[in-house]
Amino acid sequence: MTGVRVAGTGLTPFGNAPERTSRDLFAEASSAAFADSGVPREDVEAVFYGNFMGELAEHQGHQGPLMAEAAGVRAPATRYESACASSGMAVRDAVMRVRNGEHDVVLVGGAERMTNLGTAGATEALAIAADELWEVRAGMTFPGAYALMAKAYFDEFGGGREDLAHVAVKNHENALTNEKAQYQKSIEVAEVLDAPTVSSPLGLYDACPLSDGASALVLTSEAYAEEHDIDAPVSITGTGQGGDRMALHDREFLARSPAAREAGEEAYTDAGIDAGDVDVAEVHDCFTIAEVLALEALDLEPVGEGITAARDGRTTADGDTPINLSGGLKAKGHPVGATGASQIAEVSKLLAGTHPNSEHVADATTGVAHNAGGTVASAAVHVLEVAK
Amino acid sequence: MSDESARDAGFDDWLDAAETGDAYYLDCPAGHTSLPPRRLCPTCGAAELDERPLPETGEIETFTVTHVPTPAFEDDAPYATAIADFGPIRVTGQVVDLDPDAVDTGLPVELAVTSSETTGERVLGFKTV
Repeated sequence: MTGVRVAGTGLTPFGNAPERTSRDLFAEASSAAFADSGVPREDVEAVFYGNFMGELAEHQGHQGPLMAEAAGVRAPATRYESACASSGMAVRDAVMRVRNGEHDVVLVGGAERMTNLGTAGATEALAIAADELWEVRAGMTFPGAYALMAKAYFDEFGGGREDLAHVAVKNHENALTNEKAQYQKSIEVAEVLDAPTVSSPLGLYDACPLSDGASALVLTSEAYAEEHDIDAPVSITGTGQGGDRMALHDREFLARSPAAREAGEEAYTDAGIDAGDVDVAEVHDCFTIAEVLALEALDLEPVGEGITAARDGRTTADGDTPINLSGGLKAKGHPVGATGASQIAEVSKLLAGTHPNSEHVADATTGVAHNAGGTVASAAVHVLEVAK
Repeated sequence: MSDESARDAGFDDWLDAAETGDAYYLDCPAGHTSLPPRRLCPTCGAAELDERPLPETGEIETFTVTHVPTPAFEDDAPYATAIADFGPIRVTGQVVDLDPDAVDTGLPVELAVTSSETTGERVLGFKTV
C-alpha cells in the first residue's frame, strides 16, 4: 500500500458570490491547486468532486464530467453527495484509490453555490439533508436540528449559550489572518449572546453563514511525488467513515455523534495514532454546538467537557490543541460541498508551515480533519502527518 | 417538495392512523423498534415487522423554538419543534397548543396531526396532556 501526498491545494474566497456558477468556482480552486502542486493537469487519472445542493441551486445534476471540464482535465469524474460531508467522502475515496495503486494522481475537491437561493431558499435546501417525511415535514430546519442537540447537551451535561459563544469568538479570531475567509472580523461574547435567535438556544452568531466557494486538492502517490520531485511535505495517513440513523430522534443519544466517533477511531487506527497525538484539528463547526460534539467524538475532549474547551482556552490558537485555526465553518464560511476538502487544505498548510496561523503550531506533526453530514448521520475523518 | 397529488404510502397512512388515535410503531422479532414506511428492520434487517399501538402519551425530551423557518412554514414561525419519547420510539413534531415560550422538557404530550398555516399541508404535532 502506497502513501498519499498532498501535492497542492487551492481555495476560492468563501463568501457571498451569488452570480458565480459552481463550475467557475471549481475552475478557480482547481487552477490554484495545480499551480500550487507543480503537477501537470494531463497526469490526472480521476476526478472526485463533492457537491450537495446543485440540483436545487443550479438545476444541475451529473456534475462530475462538468467539473472535470471546468478544471481542464480529461479524466473520468464522479460527483459525491453526502450532505455537508460531500467532499470529505470524495477525499476518502480518492485516498483509497491512490493507496491501492489504481491511480498516481487525482484531483479532489468540491464546490457549492448557495447565496443565489436567498436565506429562505437555502434553509429549505439545507433541510433536505434531514429525513423529509419525519423531520422536515414537522418543520425541523437545519439550525433547528442542531438546536435540539444543543438543548439536549445542556440538559445532560450542563453549560449554556455563553460557553458556545466562546467557540464563535475563537473561530472569528482565528479567521483574522485568513484572507479567503468570509468573515475577517473579531466578535465579542456579548454580541453572540445578543444576536437574533435563529432556533433557540442558537442565535445568528452560533451558525455558520451561507457561502459560495470551492476547494481543490491534487493528491499523488508517494512514488509519483518522489519520482517527479514534487514538493509535498504532508501525507494523508488515515481515513475513516462513520454512519448512523438518518433522523436525530432515531439515535441512541441526542447529544453525541457516534458516527464521528466511528470515523475518528477508524482514521486513528489507520494512521497508527491516538487522540493524544493530535496537535491541531479542523472540525465541522456548522454550529457552535457542533464543534463541541466533534471534539468529544474525536476524543480530543472527554464526553461532557467539550463545552468548556474554547472558554477555558484549551482549543484557542495558543491552547494545547488549537481547533479551527482557519476560522472554521463559522468564520471561514461553509460552501457545503467544498468544506471537507477545504479542511484538508487548511490542515495540510498548517503542518507544512505555510498557513498564516502555522506559527501557533510550529512543532505540529499530526493534524485531523473532521467533516460531518446532516446531524452526523455521515462523518469522514482524515489524519494528516508531516511526511517522514 | 414531492408531487402534491401523490400520497407517500406508509407515511400518509400513518398520519391517517394518528388522526384517529390509532398510531403505531413497528416491532421486529428481536425487539428493535422503528417508524414506517419499512420493509425491513433498520437495526437487524428482519422482515417480520409487527404493527403495535403507540403509547398514547410521550414526554418532551428536547425542543427548539424556530424563528427562521423554511418557506413551507413561513407563516407558522415562531413555532416549537420537539422530540418526544413515547417509549418504544421517539417522534419529532410541532407543539401546537402552547405558546412556544411555555414549552419545556418533561412535558407529557400526545400526538396531534395539525396543518401548516403556510401551506395547509398536514404536520405531525404534539399537544399537551
